[in-house]
Amino acid sequence: MNKIIKIGLLILLIMPILATAAKDEEQWNNVLKNQYFSGETIQESKDIIEIDAPYRAEDPALVPVKIISKIKQTKDKYIKKITVFVDKNPFPLVGEFEFTPETGKADLAMRVRVNSYSYIRAIAEMNDGKLYMSKKFVKASGGCSAPIGADLDAAMKRLGKVKFRLHKERRAGEPILTQLLISHPNITGMQMDQVTRFVKRSNFVNQLKVTFNNKPVLTAKIDIAISADPNFRFYFVPTKKGELKVEFSDISCESPISRTVCTKGKNYSASYQVSP
Amino acid sequence: MKILLLLSLFAAQCAMAVPALSVTEVRPGIYVHFGKHEFPNKTNHGAIANIGFIVGDSCVAVIDTGGSPEQGYALKKAVDRTTDKPVCYVINTHVHPDHIYGNIAFKLPGVQFVGHKNLSRAMATRGRYYIEKANDQLDLKLEDKHIIPPDKAVKKHLFIELGGRKLRLTAHPTAHTDNDLTVFDQNTDTFWMSDLLFIEHIPVIDGSLKGWLSELNRMEKHQYKMVIPGHGPAVTDWPKSMLPEKNYLQILLTEIRSMIAEGKFIEEAIAKVGYSEKDNWKLFDQFHKRNVTTAFAELEWEEENE
Repeated sequence: MNKIIKIGLLILLIMPILATAAKDEEQWNNVLKNQYFSGETIQESKDIIEIDAPYRAEDPALVPVKIISKIKQTKDKYIKKITVFVDKNPFPLVGEFEFTPETGKADLAMRVRVNSYSYIRAIAEMNDGKLYMSKKFVKASGGCSAPIGADLDAAMKRLGKVKFRLHKERRAGEPILTQLLISHPNITGMQMDQVTRFVKRSNFVNQLKVTFNNKPVLTAKIDIAISADPNFRFYFVPTKKGELKVEFSDISCESPISRTVCTKGKNYSASYQVSP
Repeated sequence: MKILLLLSLFAAQCAMAVPALSVTEVRPGIYVHFGKHEFPNKTNHGAIANIGFIVGDSCVAVIDTGGSPEQGYALKKAVDRTTDKPVCYVINTHVHPDHIYGNIAFKLPGVQFVGHKNLSRAMATRGRYYIEKANDQLDLKLEDKHIIPPDKAVKKHLFIELGGRKLRLTAHPTAHTDNDLTVFDQNTDTFWMSDLLFIEHIPVIDGSLKGWLSELNRMEKHQYKMVIPGHGPAVTDWPKSMLPEKNYLQILLTEIRSMIAEGKFIEEAIAKVGYSEKDNWKLFDQFHKRNVTTAFAELEWEEENE
């Protein structure tokens, strides 16, 4: 076969793929990038962070997402902030997570709601201001409107409960993997209310701060994309005996897609004694 | 004009012009349509569950109405062909679409809809979401009117009389869902368990793994001549035929608990738990990972017994 025809055929074959790929990036390129990183340069790279999520999610309301950091947190060079988006969600910002050198390792895992086939992306901001992005496409839909919990009564009974789980293997001075579980339905504002039979007003955890002996380990601003019973994994370095503490608050907003009209909810806190 | 009128009359008839659903009389007066083990899709329109009816001397109780309005009408036709007694009750065993989407075929004067006390809540919180999914994934055209909540809510037990035949309805604590209802026919010692029992088709957890196991442990001690599952054949060897389901759920419980105790995470559980059961079930690939996800999210909130 003639080379030109071959190339032509190849282009014809690839065209639709390229077109969908471009479409999948539309929301990011045309809206989110300008909204959150106006005028900045973001380098797509797996050298600083890498995001991982299942290509096809089993439960759109509970998609496990993991961000792995490729560098150590040191005083001179560290990841200051990781911002996570699900591009096509009604409210795409999943959260902004701030780290410190004391975090030790800026790994992060969480469970998110995915409302339609979309990229999930994480942007790391270094202490020198440089930005690095990693993304993963996930096939899942309906995560934000999926009904509230399988066992509603059990979930409401334990609202506000907190669990910390520290990895059993630990070495003095080394970052330790920590799991934080918060019992909260994290209502999206797109689910139905059982009494009124109308959409239930959102009520979700929006601020979260984890400290060790009063020094910040992880500070986060989060939104409705976080699954019911928010669950995070992160690291911190327990240098000496002390108190690992979480403080968080919830909020209720008029609209699932805007944060201009909201009512502040409750404050919660819990702590855990750590001995290295 | 006449032709138009005829045509529109014909169109009106069309909605009802479905063939009668095939049913088997498994015990005197108990008729079951056995669903095929398929994932709900645009070809089967979600008509995959076991549904049927029980005939008394004075009236009929329908037990689940099927996965689509069309299947509901086909079931209605099967009832009308079988008996001239009217339908007096429609019992919905739980909220899942394959059991309730035919309700509209029975929305007639004199018919009472019966369900678990949590069923109307579940219909309210899930209805809109289900309708969207049905239109999208099952190629059905559903609206709010197709989600018909119960007129009568069962708190714990309710006896209903069909004339010379009494049915004992039981509302269960959270198990397969948080709104499971079973039906026991005293005359024939037949227990219609619906989706509390899966045979061949992998059990689907949408309520509580622990709750389901505890219900099975309780029911295991009873004797029934016949048990009708929500998916799979009717069986006469209770509790033997239930043991594969119990075993599957027990494996999930044991393996997930030990992973949580070891500090392992949900991703790893989804990748590793329960695969020894893969060859024992139909539709394993479609439901198993989701079962692990749901069970893990439940079990990580257990009080640690330390």
